[in-house]
Amino acid sequence: MASLLVRGGRVIDPSRKFDGIADVMIENGIVTAVEPKLKADPKVKVYEAKGLMVTPGLIDMHVHLREPGREDEETVESGARAAAAGGFTSVNCMPNTDPVIDNASVVRMLRDRAEAVGLVNVYVTGAITKGLEGKEISDMGDMVKFGAVAFSDDGRSIMDAEVMRRAMEYVKMLGVPLIIHPEDHSLSRNGQMHEGYYSTLLGLKPIPAQAEEVIVARDIRLAALTKSRVHLTHISTKGSMEMVKIAKLHHIPVTCDVTPHHLTLHDSDCVGYDTNYKVNPPLRGEADVLALRHGLVDGTIDAIASDHAPHAVQEKECEWEYAACGKIGLESTLGVMLTKLVGEDVISLPVLIDKMSCAPARLLGLDKTGRGTLAVGSVADITLIDPKREWTVDPNTLQSKSKNTPYGGWELTGRAADVIVGGKIVRL
Amino acid sequence: MSRMLTDGKDLLGIRELSRAHIELILETANSFKEVSGREIKKVPALRGRTVVNLFLEPSTRTRTSFELAAKRLSADVINFSASTSSIVKGESLKDTAATLEAMNADLAIIRHSAAGAAHFLSRVSRLGVINAGDGSHEHPTQALLDLYTIKEKLGRTDGLKIAIVGDIAHSRVARSNILGMTKMGAAVTVVGPPTLIPAEVEGMGCHVSYSLDDVLPEVDVVYLLRLQLERQSESLLPSLREYAGRYGLSARRVGLMNPEALIMHPGPMNRGVEIASEVADMPQAVITEQVANGVAVRMAVLYLLLGGGANG
Repeated sequence: MASLLVRGGRVIDPSRKFDGIADVMIENGIVTAVEPKLKADPKVKVYEAKGLMVTPGLIDMHVHLREPGREDEETVESGARAAAAGGFTSVNCMPNTDPVIDNASVVRMLRDRAEAVGLVNVYVTGAITKGLEGKEISDMGDMVKFGAVAFSDDGRSIMDAEVMRRAMEYVKMLGVPLIIHPEDHSLSRNGQMHEGYYSTLLGLKPIPAQAEEVIVARDIRLAALTKSRVHLTHISTKGSMEMVKIAKLHHIPVTCDVTPHHLTLHDSDCVGYDTNYKVNPPLRGEADVLALRHGLVDGTIDAIASDHAPHAVQEKECEWEYAACGKIGLESTLGVMLTKLVGEDVISLPVLIDKMSCAPARLLGLDKTGRGTLAVGSVADITLIDPKREWTVDPNTLQSKSKNTPYGGWELTGRAADVIVGGKIVRL
Repeated sequence: MSRMLTDGKDLLGIRELSRAHIELILETANSFKEVSGREIKKVPALRGRTVVNLFLEPSTRTRTSFELAAKRLSADVINFSASTSSIVKGESLKDTAATLEAMNADLAIIRHSAAGAAHFLSRVSRLGVINAGDGSHEHPTQALLDLYTIKEKLGRTDGLKIAIVGDIAHSRVARSNILGMTKMGAAVTVVGPPTLIPAEVEGMGCHVSYSLDDVLPEVDVVYLLRLQLERQSESLLPSLREYAGRYGLSARRVGLMNPEALIMHPGPMNRGVEIASEVADMPQAVITEQVANGVAVRMAVLYLLLGGGANG
């Protein structure tokens, strides 16, 4: 019987509103007791967690692992290593691969790869429409059978509202959410950065906040029509925040997540044309960042997700206009959020853990498999966080195959000490 | 002296320059203007230095102006244009820069369709970089030669009222001039239809008007931008005819202006669109003087950046 005692840490489990010094007993990959000063057989292996925080395993519900198709940028294995190094026990990968994850065989291939790699749980999101073309809905039922936990055409919006409506309806019988990337492509066409003073100063084709907001508005109304669970991912504007807030007041089944970069970086950071700041949706203005931070506090925002988007050097080391959108985040998210949100008293630690573990588990239905909680009987997916650890983000020492981070050189306080997945300490 | 122009090796934009920098360039240009008037139009200031004209977007006027400027300073000039370069074969700008560095070029003058290309080149190479126009971002030497021309004709820049008219949103000339003219004490109003005025442009220090007729009686300089004819297909303009009617500088509109006021244009002109043909040939139109001054100003910039050979 494989047992492990995680001893003396500060256990923070927002799913049970628990926050205190306690020991966590793990047997056969399951949490069997969470209590102060547990008595254990001297033969039981002990993980000394004094000075650490012990939390339900963190879940990143929005990552790009680039497999299949761009294994030079990331693979299931390198992505899983990056996740473990960053404190995540589970990740959910997006389907904009090559080929697209729009049928059961690709889902199955990825699940098999994830199982072979081990390390962390890799969940798969299938495409809503075949080939991400926004025209015909894909075989979502088949994909769920082989383990897909959500559907998304991430990177694109389905511009045909009728197709969107039908997808929302169809997915209801499968009990999984749609993850919506809100962007009206006719308003953002060839856009390079957020529309405002800085796009004018830099002479870059602007993307108005409304390119996001008109789809947020449309899909909230379609969620009201279909009563389907709709999750808006990486929302980035004050206007989107306000609409989601009102939708929730009206009990429309809408949830949303926000990225660490939209909480910490601004359009002004694009001055200098460093392409690591080129992301989609684009970095916004100060009022937007403040509104997003406020949305975390008042609960409008359910989750924090990295939108980990690895890109090869040559796709970033070029003129801004030609550069790919996106940044990696698995290994910086926790440190950046601890430093900039908790460290600066924007939100408390339990709220952060809720947004990074409990909420994504609920949103993806992983709570049903005992994740996002440290309740007795749950799966022993645990993140151990050293809140005092000072470190500097060095793109060259990251586990990810790609190095495209705007946080290079940032001095952070707090990072994952270890992760335990299914009762086993992950060793990289 | 050599590195007085900016803190570094480059002229990337007017944004990076202070008023003192701009004044230094204009004063230096003054002494070079005299060289262009000589029978032997050449000084040995940059003998042995190699300057590359890296023009990745078609341009004859600016490239020729830089080439003349460099040659009058006795520098060696290599022309590297989009049609002949390996860029069209997929070579990256970074690799092109490495090639030029390996050949011990001293400075690259870059024209590129992408905003920020000059900044990128500066970041990835040791070459000195002059931005000769990057997308819709900046075209600093154009603004410098425009300031030189204004100062030459009107004796000052402080307190002047200047209207920049046309497609502000897509114009690098407009951006550099808004920044340069305001730094030099002028009050700038940008004029054009709302579809061609970029977001929050007032943040750059200018005013905005949609009516050319309202603005003209006040101005000391009216600066007309070239209208790219494809704007019509992008739902930015209904027709060239309607644009010319509202924003073209006609003889009637010149009548609204102070007779001493200057008419300027960076060229090449669309006669009959942003400027009526007869207006382009009026004495207050200083368009060919702008071109002449361009060579002197670019000589000054090259000289200040490359240090006259004193600083290897």
